[in-house]
Amino acid sequence: MPLSVDDVRHIALLARLELTPEEETAFASQLDHILSHFERLKQLDTESVVPTAHILAIETPFRDDVVRNRPAVDSLLANAPERDNRFFKVPKIIE
Amino acid sequence: MAELYELTIDAAHHALAKRELLSVELTEAVLRRIEATEPHLHAFITVSADTALAQARVADERLARGDAPALCGVPIGIKDVILTRGIRSTAGSKILGNFVPPYNATVTQKLLDAGAVCVGKLNCDEFAMGSSTENSAYQVTRNPWNGERVPGGSSGGSAAAVAAGQCLGSLGTDTGGSIRQPAACCGVVGIKPTYGRVSRYGVVAYASSLDQVGPFGRSVADCAHILSTIAGHDPLDSTCVNRPVPDYRAALTGNLKGLRLGLPKEYFVEGMQPEVERAIRDAVSQLNALGAEVDDVSLPHTEYAIPAYYLIATAEASSNLSRYDGIKYGYRGQGEALLDMYKRTRAEGFGAEVKRRIMLGTYALSSGYYDAYYLKAQKVRTLIRNDFLAVFERCHAIVAPTAPTTAFPIGDKTSDPLQMYLEDIFTVSVNLAGLPGLSLPCGFDQHGLPIGLQIIGRPLEEETVLNVAHAYQQATEWRRTSRQHAVGSWQ
Repeated sequence: MPLSVDDVRHIALLARLELTPEEETAFASQLDHILSHFERLKQLDTESVVPTAHILAIETPFRDDVVRNRPAVDSLLANAPERDNRFFKVPKIIE
Repeated sequence: MAELYELTIDAAHHALAKRELLSVELTEAVLRRIEATEPHLHAFITVSADTALAQARVADERLARGDAPALCGVPIGIKDVILTRGIRSTAGSKILGNFVPPYNATVTQKLLDAGAVCVGKLNCDEFAMGSSTENSAYQVTRNPWNGERVPGGSSGGSAAAVAAGQCLGSLGTDTGGSIRQPAACCGVVGIKPTYGRVSRYGVVAYASSLDQVGPFGRSVADCAHILSTIAGHDPLDSTCVNRPVPDYRAALTGNLKGLRLGLPKEYFVEGMQPEVERAIRDAVSQLNALGAEVDDVSLPHTEYAIPAYYLIATAEASSNLSRYDGIKYGYRGQGEALLDMYKRTRAEGFGAEVKRRIMLGTYALSSGYYDAYYLKAQKVRTLIRNDFLAVFERCHAIVAPTAPTTAFPIGDKTSDPLQMYLEDIFTVSVNLAGLPGLSLPCGFDQHGLPIGLQIIGRPLEEETVLNVAHAYQQATEWRRTSRQHAVGSWQ
């Protein structure tokens, strides 16, 4: 099942990436090459194997839902590409 | 007369604690060394000279009062994926080109609390994705042993800086080998701790179930000092283990009597550089002579580690990198509406390798493919981990090569991404299994390039890993030679 340029366009949309036509073709070929190498995983019988989601046998640590720090608004907005007073300014979301 | 920047952390600490040396003197010497070598080496993205000297003055006051933790007054470099408050942190990417963090990573804070002096932020592959530091959006760091060769990656700057005397120790991160492989390429020591041993809070995430922060040093003892400082439970990282941190330096007895080590047969592959194989086998003889027993063992699922790793890591990366959307921080591309802005921000802000991995991961998680790729890889991960646990029932640790080749020429592997991925063949299993792994120098090839020996331990048994490495290092000449040579080559 070679990866087509349409597949790449679909993935790019999911990943919120804009690709040039050259990139679409190059990525289709590279990803296909890489995924072919990964096909070998099918050789393994993993029917009764439990997937490893986390290495350690720890339980989710909880804490009380209490605010513990309040960074200054300016420090949080300092890296904003665009700001308006206490707000992050963004392009329109709804047409 | 040795230069101040050639001191180990051990030696510097003793001199600083006895007030025979001032941190300001040491820091100035290191900053001069950085200035002299950076035009060739390109290890730093940001040099923080002013804050370093201010930190050095504070450290000197502390040392004068008799308050002297091991790293107090010692110049350290920090990989640029680790956040440093007030100092630009880019993760090697243009998308964070002007990002100045409002907070410190926990590991940064621990270094600063111990009085360490941060001399700057070190170059790396973009978002820690790579094995050569060629994917940095800023510059390609050179290998201090040969300027035409890569320093390894992704923590290439961190390894090169220590090898060249630009700092006495550094921090890197390791997701699939990114501390161990550059340590091998640059002839220094690097350790990736057990997953969860060190906090990941404030570390730019690549693959959350694999990433770990770890130290580089010129000696195993130096790495032990840094690891003791940065390890420990952190309530800000829910994946951290809550276990006491041993005094790793004190654990370096050099005594290997009664230790059983395993040598995995699957780690000697076709296409491996013959000198690497020879050096590892010589190291095994040396370990025998030091009192350890070395047995042949098998890790049967080794050949499936690269596919499993690159599916899991890229899947997690595709999720972690979705936060770079131009909204709250970082680069923002043009776009009248939100979707256009997202797409252009990420197209313009990310490099090719990052895009490739995001797409691979997105595909592996997408509807219709999740079971065949991501879930399958997670199951294979269990098989790989079980291989190690079976060996560890008989052996205390495993010895192996770190990489199949020594440092390759810049540009050699950039045309075929898969070729680059295969450099990680001996390191990725350790991340998948969550185990501690270390690399230290064990020889040179015919071109004078360093070869790395890897030591892999049981979960949370960093002391054993460090002690085996320390015993080997004390008994061999590689460290002395490497310090002279790497430093001398930049006169």
